Amino acid sequence: MTIVDTRDPNPKSFIPGATGDWEIIIGMEVHAQVLSDSKLFSGASTDFGAEANSHVSLVDAAMPGMLPVINEECVRQAVRTGLGLKAQINKRSVFDRKNYFYPDLPQGYQISQFKDPIVGEGTVTVSVGPNNQGEFEDIEVGIERLHLEQDAGKSMHDQHPSMSFVDLNRSGVALMEIVSKPDMRSADEAKAYLTKLRTILRYLGTCNGNMDEGSMRADVNVSVRRPGGPFGTRCEIKNVNSIRFVGQAIESEARRQIALIEDGGMVEQETRLFDPSKGETRAMRNKEDAHDYRYFPDPDLLPLEFDQAYIDALLSELPELPDDKKNRFIEEGGLSTYDASILVSEKAIADFYEEVAKGRDAKQAANWVINDLLGALNKDGKSIEETPVSAAQLGAILDLIREGTISGKIAKDLFEIVWNEGGDPKRIVEDRGMKQVTDTGAIEKAVDDVMAANSDKVEQAKAKPSMAGWFVGQVMKATGGKANPQAVNALVKDKLGVE
Amino acid sequence: MTDLTGLTIAEARDKLTKKEISSIELTDAYLGAIDHANGTLNAYVAVTPDKARAMAKASDEKIGKGEAGALEGIPLGIKDLFSTEGVHTQAASHILDGFEPRYESTVTANLWADGAVMLGKLNMDEFAMGSSNETSYYGPVKNPWRKAGSNADMVPGGSSGGSAAAVAAHLCAGATATDTGGSIRQPAALTGTVGIKPTYGRCSRWGIVAFASSLDQAGPIARDVRDSAILLKSMASSDAKDTTSVDREVPDYEAAVGRSVRGLKIGIPKEYRMDGMPEEIETLWQQGIAWLKDAGAEIVDVSLPHTKYALPAYYIVAPAEASSNLARYDGVRYGLRVPGGNIAEMYENTRAAGFGREVKRRIMIGTYVLSAGYYDAYYLQAQKVRTLIKRDFETVYADGVDALLTPATPSAAFGIGDQDMAADPVKMYLNDIFTVTVNMAGLPGIAVPAGLSAAGLPLGLQLIGRPFDEETLFAAGAVIEQAAGRFRPDKWW
Repeated sequence: MTIVDTRDPNPKSFIPGATGDWEIIIGMEVHAQVLSDSKLFSGASTDFGAEANSHVSLVDAAMPGMLPVINEECVRQAVRTGLGLKAQINKRSVFDRKNYFYPDLPQGYQISQFKDPIVGEGTVTVSVGPNNQGEFEDIEVGIERLHLEQDAGKSMHDQHPSMSFVDLNRSGVALMEIVSKPDMRSADEAKAYLTKLRTILRYLGTCNGNMDEGSMRADVNVSVRRPGGPFGTRCEIKNVNSIRFVGQAIESEARRQIALIEDGGMVEQETRLFDPSKGETRAMRNKEDAHDYRYFPDPDLLPLEFDQAYIDALLSELPELPDDKKNRFIEEGGLSTYDASILVSEKAIADFYEEVAKGRDAKQAANWVINDLLGALNKDGKSIEETPVSAAQLGAILDLIREGTISGKIAKDLFEIVWNEGGDPKRIVEDRGMKQVTDTGAIEKAVDDVMAANSDKVEQAKAKPSMAGWFVGQVMKATGGKANPQAVNALVKDKLGVE
Repeated sequence: MTDLTGLTIAEARDKLTKKEISSIELTDAYLGAIDHANGTLNAYVAVTPDKARAMAKASDEKIGKGEAGALEGIPLGIKDLFSTEGVHTQAASHILDGFEPRYESTVTANLWADGAVMLGKLNMDEFAMGSSNETSYYGPVKNPWRKAGSNADMVPGGSSGGSAAAVAAHLCAGATATDTGGSIRQPAALTGTVGIKPTYGRCSRWGIVAFASSLDQAGPIARDVRDSAILLKSMASSDAKDTTSVDREVPDYEAAVGRSVRGLKIGIPKEYRMDGMPEEIETLWQQGIAWLKDAGAEIVDVSLPHTKYALPAYYIVAPAEASSNLARYDGVRYGLRVPGGNIAEMYENTRAAGFGREVKRRIMIGTYVLSAGYYDAYYLQAQKVRTLIKRDFETVYADGVDALLTPATPSAAFGIGDQDMAADPVKMYLNDIFTVTVNMAGLPGIAVPAGLSAAGLPLGLQLIGRPFDEETLFAAGAVIEQAAGRFRPDKWW
């Protein structure tokens, strides 16, 4: 494979070394577990967290004479993912065997795709940022390929003093290996890419993206070079299981490589592991220890073939993806790029926003979702799925503002009540007398009362009109904030005879 | 009363239907014969008398109720390569010690669904790798045939040597077998029985211990062409559990037996006339040609130019697939485990003790030809050869040839422990010279007994058909059988 440099060196992401600036080159192989009820080649369940070896078919345990049968749902999901990555879909792909011995690999080979993957080249637009000016930078990360393969089981070394145990529940679960081109130039870009990829997969419903459950794992290829110079030797950091760790691993690995080169050494091509407790990578195996996987086409499986109509049908049913949604939010609702980017970052947030914004002011809805709802969720460490305030409830609050029933300030209090206690916002406003008073008679009385009690200040205010605000505040206070502030303002000024 | 074990499947079926005999009687007769002979011939590695009698009893009840299946009450032997639920399934290998699957292979399940009775599991070359049944962990099978006036033990061929010997010695009415490079047709030829390897995909491979997945195919060994047709009809099916099995209706093969071959075009491939081929093989071939001509077939000379590359290519493709297929026998989940200080040692100890020499040799060859730097020169090249071999046949068939006639083997049975073969594995591999092309092209092939060698050992001819045209093979095979007569060994055991 020849590497094409698609990026212009950008000093912003250079790392200063003792002998000058360095540029990091990053590519990623992401293993994403396909969302499907059963495994890639067997009918066993893919549920996470079941009792050890309870989801194991005869095929998964590689009993003699067992044969794999492709799960069409996994194929569908891979094609949908390929379409979501704007990638070439290969109508003919081939499953190969990758041969190696390990106790959690019952067949003695992993069924994967080597020469002819199901998905070819594609591209992901990644918004990197925001920076401290609140700006995003869009970069394009190329997709080299996506292929389907089986996951292995799990070896457990802590169950017995001298033996290892094997859990085959994960054995045979479908994975998509999504290989990027080496198009990333900083840890932030890599993190943003992984985040975006996860967002796309979640939008498509092809992977749940839960890195803590191992449903998504990243192998990160890191090398350094002089800005714009020839590529360096890369190291692969295996199985990094959080976005934060990806960032840490890249930064520490880049520093290691730079220090090595600057000390007159050379980077050896090797596989490394990231140790989160130490925040650094360590060698796992070098090039000489690399397996010879003896790939060859799996004779138990025919080449995987489908026609354009199959692809077209899946394309037509594809949900709206984050980039399209973002553009629509900007165009239809007049949202800022910043707001739209935040709203589409998770499909559930975008859905929530859309429900709130439906028939209402888009910008106001966006403000409430981003500042109030996401702010409160963030403070409580809750996800959008766990929100105590539903889109219908927030919508009702916005309606009450629009109708003039409550003021924006009261709305904040109402939001808090709904957040803590739940209930129908309209009802709460009525039951608790939170309605804004628009009856001028009632407001006038309150203004008169305040003025009567503060006759000295009335005189002062007539001379110094800016003091009118003090009266407004007093009236609002006296009415428990329910008075329409504009009405109060007008009356106060009228009675004081000031402009 | 005549010896019930002398009945063919068709004859027994007739008598069972007419209730002249019961399946229990027939089954007991076979169990008695096995009991008497197996210590000598070593055809069975496991006999299942209780299961056999229970199945026979059930069959008798079904016959009584008029619900008989196509093979109701017919006692069969099953090659040890087929998974049989709760019964010895070890591919005649030490590494599968004690393995009894909790599942039934599709082919045997089909047989039981049609009413067949299981007598036990038949000896074979370990993992179906061999042409003499000498690589079995359970020791060699003796051919019921001996040279005239000799007491020397001969091989029954392989890998389905137990199947062929059991059928020839009447230790079962018929047997299942498998064929990766000739493992049905070669032992059939060496024991005077009929063996057919159907088109690749005709029988499900599900539940058959894999040797070389792209070549393995199940088929029957039987006493005559009709019986082989009856058995194949029951064994064949399309199976969703094997994606390489073909979704195609199974024809009534028995109806093809006795069908005229008049007007059929039979090709004689000139490349099958090998240097150093014994005179009697050539004579047998000419005899076969004459019989088919007499029956009204048109004989044409044809060329399959890539034939000479078939055997070397086969011995790349088959070991390559085998090296991967046999990786699962690692001592972790089932079968033999020889402990070691760590996991790598355990693997090494288990596989060193569990596999025999020939299996190890093929794993080594297969691993080598798939290795980085060798893949293109060996495996990829062999796959290209395979395409050319397939094309050779397609060209001939496109020219209107209906079937090809060739010798089945380059010689008659040889002695157990033959020094020549033991010293040079390639000499052993040459046994498959006429049969491997058929596997490489995925075509059907049948071996039919056609005469005896000068020494009095059986010799067979092979007919190769178009894809899924097994019927023509049964029709033409029956013509040869009719002309050649039946061959039965003198009982010495």
